[in-house]
Amino acid sequence: MKKNWWKYLGVVILLYVHLGGLLLEAPRLNILNETVRALYFHVPMWFGMVLLYMVSVYYAVKFLRNPLSDADIKSVEYAHVGTAFGILGILTGMLWANYTWGSPWHGDPKQNGAAIALLVYLAYFVLRGSIENEEQKARLSAVYNIFAFAAMVPLIFIIPRLTDSMHPGNGGNPGFNAYDLDSRMRLIFYPAVIGWFLIGVWIVSLRVRYRLLQNRLIEN
Amino acid sequence: MKKILILTALVLNTLISFAQASSVEMADTMRANGKIYVVVGIIMIVLLGFIAYLFMLDRKLTKLENEHKK
Repeated sequence: MKKNWWKYLGVVILLYVHLGGLLLEAPRLNILNETVRALYFHVPMWFGMVLLYMVSVYYAVKFLRNPLSDADIKSVEYAHVGTAFGILGILTGMLWANYTWGSPWHGDPKQNGAAIALLVYLAYFVLRGSIENEEQKARLSAVYNIFAFAAMVPLIFIIPRLTDSMHPGNGGNPGFNAYDLDSRMRLIFYPAVIGWFLIGVWIVSLRVRYRLLQNRLIEN
Repeated sequence: MKKILILTALVLNTLISFAQASSVEMADTMRANGKIYVVVGIIMIVLLGFIAYLFMLDRKLTKLENEHKK
């Protein structure tokens, strides 16, 4: 119970986010209408993905500096759950875009960039699956992991700001300024990011424990 | 008298513009009698179910880990 406090914290935060996100007062905006609330559920998927990928790249570097098999397993599982978050982000974004922008795939630079970033990360799993030798697999995928992270940052955060994007805070403006996100929304949005990240870390920890157990069983 | 009339006209004007600002379509009636709380309930059930599933998985793994330590 004491060791697992962060899991309970994540659960409590998510319960608050879902209740508050659906029922508390939200800004009244044309076209968006009630879908403005999708921000509480769609954007935390992306923030969660980026945070999980950051931890993944941390373990990739850690593995390269000191090749322990544990760091490799952690790196893969963080990337795995991060990709799951990203796929959920793209699906929720398509549903939202369909009713506010007019079509599920609008060719928005951020949408395209996010899709390419996800493909880059999918190639990471293809690379891992194609190498038989465990040591080589771990080393090559750790190097590729760093490249994938370096490719994702400009695709999601820089290119959409250079061109015109339908996503708020893009096309030359800094993200989350006073017009994009009012203080009422911040009260739910930021906890949502923390809550989903904690749940993501929890899923990662389950997957890592499963993999370690599997390895121990194979060794015996 | 004229001043008061102009003032009332101005106040009415701002009131009308406020009314227009709040006439953006939101699910106000949905909340009252459109059964929005049913949807909230359904989402909460899905979330709680998902979390309960995670806890069960967690417990299963802990059990297996403890068994393997022996």
